[in-house]
Amino acid sequence: MALELQGLSVRYGSIAAVSDVDLTVADGEVVALLGPSGCGKSTLLRAVAGLERPAAGRIRWDGVDLAGVAVHRRDFGLVFQDGQLFPHKDVAANVAFGLRMHHVDRIERAKRVDELLALVGLAGYGERHVTELSGGEQQRVALARALAPKPRLLLLDEPLSALDRALREQLAVDLAALLRATGTTALVVTHDHDEAFTLADRVALMQAGRIRQVGPPDEVWRRPADDVVAGFLGCTTFVPGLADRDLVTSSLGEIALPGAGDGTVLMGLRANALRTDPGGFVHGEVVQRLHRRDHARLLVRLSGDGVPVSPVEAVAPVAGAPEPGDAIRLALDADGIALTGRAS
Amino acid sequence: MPNAAARLVLPLLALVPLGFLGLFFAWPVVSIVGIGLGGSGVTEVLASADTWRLVAFTLGQAAAATLVAVLAGMPLAYVLARCKVPGVGVVRTLVLVPFVLPTVVVGLAFRSLLPDGGVLSIVLANAFFNVAVVARTVGGLWAHTDRRAEEAARALGASRWRAFTSVVLPAIAPAIGSAAAVVFLFCATSFGVVLMLGGAQYRTLETEIYLRTVDLFDLPGAAALSILQVVAVIAVLLIGAVARRRRETALRLRGRFETARRPVGGEWIVVGAALLVVAALLVPIVGLVANSLTTMDGWRALAGTGASGTLEVSAWEAAWNSIRAATDATILAMVLGVTAAVVLSQLRRGRAVLGETLDLALMLPLGVSAVTVGFGYLVTLGDLPFDLRTSPLLVPFAQALVITPLIVRTVLPVLRAIDERLRQAAGTLGAGPLRVWREVDLALAGRSLIAAAGFGYVVALGEFGATSFLARPDAPTLPVAIARLIARPGQLNNEMAYAACVVLMLVTALAVVLIERLTPAVGEF
Repeated sequence: MALELQGLSVRYGSIAAVSDVDLTVADGEVVALLGPSGCGKSTLLRAVAGLERPAAGRIRWDGVDLAGVAVHRRDFGLVFQDGQLFPHKDVAANVAFGLRMHHVDRIERAKRVDELLALVGLAGYGERHVTELSGGEQQRVALARALAPKPRLLLLDEPLSALDRALREQLAVDLAALLRATGTTALVVTHDHDEAFTLADRVALMQAGRIRQVGPPDEVWRRPADDVVAGFLGCTTFVPGLADRDLVTSSLGEIALPGAGDGTVLMGLRANALRTDPGGFVHGEVVQRLHRRDHARLLVRLSGDGVPVSPVEAVAPVAGAPEPGDAIRLALDADGIALTGRAS
Repeated sequence: MPNAAARLVLPLLALVPLGFLGLFFAWPVVSIVGIGLGGSGVTEVLASADTWRLVAFTLGQAAAATLVAVLAGMPLAYVLARCKVPGVGVVRTLVLVPFVLPTVVVGLAFRSLLPDGGVLSIVLANAFFNVAVVARTVGGLWAHTDRRAEEAARALGASRWRAFTSVVLPAIAPAIGSAAAVVFLFCATSFGVVLMLGGAQYRTLETEIYLRTVDLFDLPGAAALSILQVVAVIAVLLIGAVARRRRETALRLRGRFETARRPVGGEWIVVGAALLVVAALLVPIVGLVANSLTTMDGWRALAGTGASGTLEVSAWEAAWNSIRAATDATILAMVLGVTAAVVLSQLRRGRAVLGETLDLALMLPLGVSAVTVGFGYLVTLGDLPFDLRTSPLLVPFAQALVITPLIVRTVLPVLRAIDERLRQAAGTLGAGPLRVWREVDLALAGRSLIAAAGFGYVVALGEFGATSFLARPDAPTLPVAIARLIARPGQLNNEMAYAACVVLMLVTALAVVLIERLTPAVGEF
């Protein structure tokens, strides 16, 4: 096990930013710390980097306690949200910085800088001034800079949050490929699930300074530990059901959910859990309609026994989407349903 | 920093400037105050209405002069920081010249300009000295603040003036506060000017302390006034510190070449105002040069020692003494001032009290009578294992005491404006604390460090109060020699004084030009 956190707590005065966190990151693994703003995930990252002093607990690397190891001796790379490139150095000098600190000779350094700039898709940018770069380019340089000295662990603090959406999605894919290709062990902090699921082998969900759930992306997505986690992962409506050999019966009809087993379950519904269907089980009236890129998002007031009282979200095809006021029928779709633990 | 050793570094670093202050400032001052308190005149002095009129006049003229200096300095700061117009370099150099002129000479120049000026001439002369402090300190930070915040405000519908008051002013307020504090202290303790222009009618605490010590040998009275001055200074500094509480935030530092551009529209009014200020600053200087050129006798006499041997050395030797002393003082003050600025910039979270205390302690020497310090040196330094009183280092030590606060005030705002995460990024890339300092702080604040050194150097060159007390007669600095020439009768002495003044001005201007040359105008950030 490469990185191991045990009972880690960080306090700012009387405020507990991180409480009693246990987490491991295996060699070559990418773990995402996912949580809303202010949940303590960045503080946790900074503690690992050595920039915050833990109030309690242990941070170990390959079994060695890092408590007495200063920031610059940890060999952990760090990428900030807004790059924090050295404004007085050009692109190449930024990337070469860590290599200089590790006494890599000039020729080797130049070679490695070129290699890294090519890796992040900025070949030939070496002599550019960092202030001439776009946000996306700056982030790529920051990444190249952090990777240059071959850190044991790469720490990424919201690496893509400052970028616009299209760029963010593209860079997330590039970054994921790059981390795999270089076999980098990484801990990524993000508040964006798409980003977390794109990048990470495992996702650790953080809330109010504590880790609520750790697991592979699809497991966390399908089986959130509780309704709070499910809520953060996009479940807006919770409906109890009764499972019988993976077939769940609820006020919204029947649906086959692999892994539901037998007994009572709680279904967390995302918007796409209910789709317009002329033969659907559930009746309702459209309250609001929004157009998204590839579907129409509806807000529907349901009618029927035991259905949720507040309007629920549903999706419809863009073509012929119903208007507000229309009476429609909806059917469940297993893709949009998470099985959560009981209300906590 | 996780390890204990690293956490000891800051307190240990803090000991360097604090140790110097303790040995070469606190101890002499405390001794002299102790001597004074031994007598019985203290309560008498404090009970006298005259004393309180003295305090009121001291603070009042200082406040007025500070206001004038800030108002005159702001357009200059704007031009130095933001304008791409020909001649900015010349303005930058010109502005500094008044600051380094010996006070006695400026006093003379203003007396000939405003023969019956009284309070007005004192205020104007004090402001004349300190416009440079405002222009350079404020301009230094202004040059590195991001122009886009201002543009955002304009885009949101703010007028140029509104954008200035709501966006730019808050951003540069720390520098204005720092500059105003320094200027106020300079004006409150200004010595030569008040002595020359106030005569017997307008006296400040500083001149009164001098008169009582040197002329009347009234040590208890002088001590009482010294105590009063120290208390007043601390009070003012405390008020300033509280007012500046929310100060240097992580501004996005930008290079001047990014923020400076040709002025447009109403901005030319500000440029015009700046030009007026420069013209006003030139009036006494030009008068001085004109005076020196009425006859060439003064110039020829510089190689000699004045009428009937007024000086023990030639004026040229005095000039050489000035250069050597100022160099030593600058090196010493840079070590002390930069150390202090580094410590202060790092003392943020959790140790605000320690930070404020150190901050105040460093400003104190500006507020204490040079006469008190000078006397204190002579009383205490004999107890040191090495006798400093006869050492050529005595003058540089006193000058370093005067210029260290200036260096701190110039460097600190820039150090504080460096994003902490930049240092952290360097740290995670393998740079130890010292290396981080060199690669990030030093590289980014380099320009302001050179500016601070240059500033300190020219101030040391012109320093008069403490130097006049400590320089041995056989090794005077140029300002001391000039004062002596003026004090002695004789046409030749007068002409020589004017010529020597112009020499001092030239030496100063040369130093300033060299420093400006050494500092690349663009490309630092």
